Amino acid sequence: MSNNSGITLKDVSIWFGEGEDRVDAVIHASFDIKKGDAFGLVGESGSGKSTILKAITGLAQNWSGSISVMGQDLGQQRSLEFYKTVQMVFQDPYASLHPRHTVDHVLSETLSLHNADNVDHRIVSVLDDVGLGNTFRFRYPHQLSGGQRQRVAIARALILEPAILLLDEPTSALDVSVQAEILNLLTDLREEHNLTYLMVSHDLAVVGHMCSSLAVMNLGEIVEVLSIESMRTMTVEHPYTRQLLEASV
Amino acid sequence: MEPILEVENLEISFPTRAGVFEAVRDISFSLGRERLGIVGESGSGKSLTGRSILRLIKPPGILSATKIALHGENLLDFTEKQMRNVRGHRISMVMQDPKFSLNPVMTIGSQIIEAYRLHSKASKKQALKATLEMLDAVMIRDPERVIRAYPHEMSGGMGQRIMIAMMLIPRPEILIADEPTSALDVTVQKEVLEIMDKLVHERGMGLIFISHDLNLVSSFCDRVLIMYGGRIVETCRADRLYEAKHPYTRGLLNSMPHLDNPKTRLEVLKRDDDWANQPSVSGALLMDDTL
Repeated sequence: MSNNSGITLKDVSIWFGEGEDRVDAVIHASFDIKKGDAFGLVGESGSGKSTILKAITGLAQNWSGSISVMGQDLGQQRSLEFYKTVQMVFQDPYASLHPRHTVDHVLSETLSLHNADNVDHRIVSVLDDVGLGNTFRFRYPHQLSGGQRQRVAIARALILEPAILLLDEPTSALDVSVQAEILNLLTDLREEHNLTYLMVSHDLAVVGHMCSSLAVMNLGEIVEVLSIESMRTMTVEHPYTRQLLEASV
Repeated sequence: MEPILEVENLEISFPTRAGVFEAVRDISFSLGRERLGIVGESGSGKSLTGRSILRLIKPPGILSATKIALHGENLLDFTEKQMRNVRGHRISMVMQDPKFSLNPVMTIGSQIIEAYRLHSKASKKQALKATLEMLDAVMIRDPERVIRAYPHEMSGGMGQRIMIAMMLIPRPEILIADEPTSALDVTVQKEVLEIMDKLVHERGMGLIFISHDLNLVSSFCDRVLIMYGGRIVETCRADRLYEAKHPYTRGLLNSMPHLDNPKTRLEVLKRDDDWANQPSVSGALLMDDTL
């Protein structure tokens, strides 16, 4: 394995339930993301895109095949150290922040879980990074707009200075005007911190804007991995990709 | 084109401890046999506008208007009993998420039949027949099986088609669709819109299509009202939405990523306090609106 690799999946299958109830959510998925790249996963709901993120973070336990992050093969258990490398931003900032915790509480909880030092300084600087000033530090989620909440969720993921961010539909709950702000922020952060992104989205235009290549999923299988250029020029091979593209344009 | 619905000087306000919040501020528009889109960000008052037509603004919200007229009859003068005859029968509404608008413990068939018989004197047998026909019209394969099924057995796209069937079966004159496809995948979205479009067109209905998705509205509607801060800031033909002039509309259009026009940074909307303070533009049908 080259040390240039960010996330590599080989023949990964993920399932839920056992015996008769078994549902194969992801079937033999393979892809490779280089360090510093942004990679998109697209497909309809139920196609298994978010499940892949869950398997990487250890939230889905039943999987086979091999997953490696930064050249390290992952087992069934994730160490505390792992989460200093990989962090996730969830879809809905209205649901992913605790309503009775202040921004300061949300951010410092992550730090104390990892026994980090310099808590005060880190919180101030991460809030600055995501474009929220120190004035937001002691606010509750209900005192923030949707875009500001998503900035807090991004700050929470960034505060441990990870190398990889898993983004699960980071803007689909937001208005287009706010989406533009958040996407710009993510672009800037990637440049500043040299981050690797794995981004799940149903919006091809958003993936086209953020990523350099993408995998198209249908019914648990990756039907095609292609570059954004070939998506733009519609030089796609699989009929499902074509169908998805035609529906989105 | 003769308007079916005319709304004049509509205002919706919510009294709060910090003063009265005006969610919709003095807007007027009318609807003919056309597809009228209402777009705007969350909080711009578009959903409240849709609900106010059915007088579905719950206290403490206060609705006031010079008139909300359906074929010249002012709905504001109607009693609650008369309104019940309008809701679902003459004006129907499809909501965003079928998961929350279908009754989870009733079969699909009994829900549609209930909706139908509430507004007509049809026998159970006739209602069943009409239901099967309607499900067929919204492209549900195997309607006999579906009428015996429960909502959780349906996918999102099927659920929304069932909602459309249920809303259209009493043959309303106006359909208000509030983000009918935002909970659906792009491929399914297109299918549901095509079905809705076909039925609205065949029956010569008026459609009010509320959405935050500018691309969708411009390809699907005939005319668009753009709302900001409770006011209509601009109105235009849907196919000319991309030539819109108001800085707010332009800002929204420019802030969207495009597949065929890649940029390194997206434009960010710069808000102007003036937009919210300027008077509303009238959304009334013009004589030269040849559609």
